[in-house]
Amino acid sequence: MEPIFLVEAAINGILLGGVLALLALGLNLIFGVLDIVWIAYVDLVMVCMYAIYFFHVAFGWPIWAAGLVSLVAGTLLGVGVHLLIISPILTSAPINQLLATGGLLFFLQSAATFLWTTDHKTVRLSLPSYEIAGIFLPATRIIPFAISILAVIALYFFLTRTYIGTAIRAVSQDRDAMSLMGASPQRIYIVTSAVGGLMAGLAGALLIFQYSVHPFFGGQFGPLTFMICVLGGLGNMVGAFIASFIMSEIISIGGVVISTEMGYVIAFVIFIVMMFVRPGGIMAKRE
Amino acid sequence: MSMLDLSGITAGYGPFTALWDVSLRVAEGEAVAVVGPNGAGKTTLLRVISGLIAPRSGRIAFGGAELAGHPAHDIVAHGIAHVPEGRRLFPGLTVADNLKMGAFLPAARARYRESLERVYTLFPVLAERQKQRAGSMSGGEQQMLAIGRALMSQPKIILLDEPSLGLAPVMVLRVFDLIRRVREEGYTILVVEQNVRQVLKLVDRAYLLEVGRIKMEGRAAELAEQDFVRKAYMGV
Repeated sequence: MEPIFLVEAAINGILLGGVLALLALGLNLIFGVLDIVWIAYVDLVMVCMYAIYFFHVAFGWPIWAAGLVSLVAGTLLGVGVHLLIISPILTSAPINQLLATGGLLFFLQSAATFLWTTDHKTVRLSLPSYEIAGIFLPATRIIPFAISILAVIALYFFLTRTYIGTAIRAVSQDRDAMSLMGASPQRIYIVTSAVGGLMAGLAGALLIFQYSVHPFFGGQFGPLTFMICVLGGLGNMVGAFIASFIMSEIISIGGVVISTEMGYVIAFVIFIVMMFVRPGGIMAKRE
Repeated sequence: MSMLDLSGITAGYGPFTALWDVSLRVAEGEAVAVVGPNGAGKTTLLRVISGLIAPRSGRIAFGGAELAGHPAHDIVAHGIAHVPEGRRLFPGLTVADNLKMGAFLPAARARYRESLERVYTLFPVLAERQKQRAGSMSGGEQQMLAIGRALMSQPKIILLDEPSLGLAPVMVLRVFDLIRRVREEGYTILVVEQNVRQVLKLVDRAYLLEVGRIKMEGRAAELAEQDFVRKAYMGV
């Protein structure tokens, strides 16, 4: 195999890692604050992708306007999931919370199948491709990557420079202590869920550049996103960011060297091995 | 006229009752201690006042408002700052960010700069350590930060839960010095302590709490003279 293909695969890996990081950080943010994994997180992304499809293709809105619809939809879904599903069972056993968000996953999949059938729906965008030194770079990958990185930087500044962002980090470290500071936990949860939902909406808007949407889209990225969060250490934002790129590189390079399916197989095997070697994630301190 | 007035407070966890019919007063500008052995219900008492647990019965009057049953985040807004047992800092946040969180409420946020200056003047070490992560500081410095964080909310009264717990003997004396300085600033203080000898030197009045009931109350100096207190708690 020519080395140029490996270079191209490595670059594609980085480009994929950007969007994966967005998904992983959104899921991880919510977990860090609420101690609940939204199993249906990528299914919310799926709903947002449908929103873009319908607004752009069926209603004829420009793609950027449809993208904004996706952001709004994601934010509302995030808040809705918290208020309708998480909030009533906040003090229940973790397994029940997990089951409830798992139930949401099946509900969203079934509702999407019922409403929009299992057809793959694609938003066709005519965007250019660039060739640099024999490496092929399509804009449908560069644009999502660039926007993802900007969003991750924005999230970083939100969490470190604003009052509410710092409060979100504080709550993830000590819930009771933050209510002694005068912060209503419910308010922090709603803001966190809204930000997590917003990130799902943005991820949806970026994934539609490269993937067609169907009711089972969540199965394509859901387990991968969860795996990245665990690999990075659940709740650890820096770890999740790094793990996104590790996973996307394995998938991308493995896919070129062997086959696309084998890329995923290798990624999952490495994940399992890592769980034995460092169960707390790549960023965990050694005991 | 008392600032904080508890009457007939009964509270506990699940089927367990930790406080029985406890009444207690703190006047403005006063420093009051609640002393007693481990498990007497001292921490529960502070948790009830700051709203972390709701009392089963009884009243908590604070500056004319009735606070029993209000959630913790609401009670802070009334001017009660709680420095919890074990300090409960945000270990991954910097010293400056911990202080910033102390001023989370809108009213406190508006006076953030002013409060920060005041805390840094009171505890200069915190100004030097602004960028350090709270979790990496020594126990004594952490206690300083916990008190500073409470002051950031512009409180009318500060509740201190076992400020000397888990500190080296040298640090214990320094922490009591810190509290004395806070006191001299004019803050009203309600402190819960196991270190009876030290705390009685610091406060005006004290209550003795045993197995969930107030057993004795009086001026600190008088209480320190009582044979019973000397034998049981001061090892004399």
